[in-house]
Amino acid sequence: MYSNKWIGSLYVTPFVIGFLLFTAFPFVASFLLSLTDARLQDQLGAANFVGLSNYSEMAADSTFRQSLGVTFAYVFITVPLKLAFALFIAVVLNFKLKGIGLFRTAFYLPSILGGSVAIAVVWRFVFAGDGLLNQALSGIGIGSVNWLGEPTTAMFSIVLLRLWQFGSAMVVFLAGLKAIPEDLYEAADLDGASRLKQFFLITLPLLTPVLFFNFIMQIVQAFQEFNGPYIITAGGPLKSSYLLPLMIYEEAFKYFNLGYSSALSWVLFIIIALFTAVAFWSQKHWVFYAQDRDDKGGH
Amino acid sequence: MASSLNPVDHGWRKHLPLVNAFVRYGLLILVGFLMIYPLLWMIGGAFKNNAEIFSSVGFIPKAPTTDGFINGWKTSTEYSFATYLLNTMKIVVPKVIVTVISSVIVAYGFARFAIPGRKWLFALLMATVLLPKSVLLIPQYLMFREFGWLDTYLPLYAPQAFATEGFFVFMIIQFMRSLPLDMEEAAVMDGCNSFQVLTLIVCPVILPAIISVALFQFMWSMNDFLQPLIYLSSVEKYPVALALKMSIDVTEATSWNEILAMSTIALAPSLILFFVAQKYFVEGVTSGAVKG
Repeated sequence: MYSNKWIGSLYVTPFVIGFLLFTAFPFVASFLLSLTDARLQDQLGAANFVGLSNYSEMAADSTFRQSLGVTFAYVFITVPLKLAFALFIAVVLNFKLKGIGLFRTAFYLPSILGGSVAIAVVWRFVFAGDGLLNQALSGIGIGSVNWLGEPTTAMFSIVLLRLWQFGSAMVVFLAGLKAIPEDLYEAADLDGASRLKQFFLITLPLLTPVLFFNFIMQIVQAFQEFNGPYIITAGGPLKSSYLLPLMIYEEAFKYFNLGYSSALSWVLFIIIALFTAVAFWSQKHWVFYAQDRDDKGGH
Repeated sequence: MASSLNPVDHGWRKHLPLVNAFVRYGLLILVGFLMIYPLLWMIGGAFKNNAEIFSSVGFIPKAPTTDGFINGWKTSTEYSFATYLLNTMKIVVPKVIVTVISSVIVAYGFARFAIPGRKWLFALLMATVLLPKSVLLIPQYLMFREFGWLDTYLPLYAPQAFATEGFFVFMIIQFMRSLPLDMEEAAVMDGCNSFQVLTLIVCPVILPAIISVALFQFMWSMNDFLQPLIYLSSVEKYPVALALKMSIDVTEATSWNEILAMSTIALAPSLILFFVAQKYFVEGVTSGAVKG
């Protein structure tokens, strides 16, 4: 709208300063730190350059391998399940029924509150030895389970906490569903296509941009989960829920190994960057943008 | 055979929309109930005595008591829960204000000006959304240690004064781009400078986006745990998130009603805001995904 470039630059200046100071500089600095043996309690000048030895140390670190394994397990279980469930409920909600707004509220609420310590605390009580879940199970005659004391069930408790927060993905799907033109379904009805066929041939392809957005956001968030394992399971038992962000935190602020912790955080960054890059690269093969359809339809 | 079955088939199909609606409602009610139950159980548990919490799965207290609130409010520390609530507000309120102001200003620059290198700057902005925060954590900590900011609230909101949360800037850019330019152009004709246009014309129009940003930042900051955990060391400065974590470590075995009561209070501001301003949340979360 305005032609004067320099006034525009003035408005963007806070971002440029903030980006350099609070993002770019720490980003580079954390890589440099990962090449040292810096300790939290020492002055930075006391740190020695150790090359890539923090990274080679990881290969021999059984805790790191365990943490990496459970992090992948956590992400690969939660993200597809959460997206599938969010999509399923969004499709069910996307009908002109009375009281739909009420259900949308109920489903959306947990994803607003779910990241809080208060909810993590409630979760810990739900899964505790004499907690809600065990009371309910013994009420119907099934014995109680040591949820937080067994590796698989401890992981289950933090997986469930993330799945419980499917609402924000659902709201995005719902908005995507509303944007699909009604006449496509009417035409399909006339052609005699079944509901299931309509879902896979109309709904799903037209929803791929929204699916893509949700997928990226969920992957990035799931790889960074901290509150659940820290508060509910403390990473245990036997490091079975020791997700990488928790290990990064403990290496730095419990064991004071800033160099090793920085190296771990770079591994996490590279993993997330790879997933995001593959998703962006692959989108031309499976993400269907409305403009494409119009272009193809026009010729 | 087929023809004799046909009328029956037709009769059943006539009721299909009804069956369909029934199945849908049934499913939604079941899932909705399971979703909300942990919250109901928390609120109900806050009004129970401890013996009842351990003996009944229902959420309605049989003998309602406010003991949980009274004892929980005192906390096991020398400070009352009011201190922690006040501390939370001392972090959240400045954080929301500086986030809104810086995000609006930067978004205005992106949405209305031909800035040199704009494409690159915008790519950097989006990259900050996807960048995992843990990769910045240690250098930021060391930087704030050098500034002498440890055990103060500054590390928790000073970065936000520089539009460091790309998601919010993006939300406002999207909203500004969807607006017609006539009003702003008319204001320029009348002699307004670009900053006057922003404050007098643009801000009132983008108010829904501003409210969305403020609400999201409020909720997320209320929930924030890792940052206060790292930066705050004295108990008198703890926000609610740290106080709750501390209380389960101290009293977990015995006083569940106190902790459930304080959890309920901790979630109350977010719950109230959510119900009052729900449409802004829905608009906020969908604006980036669908319009973009």
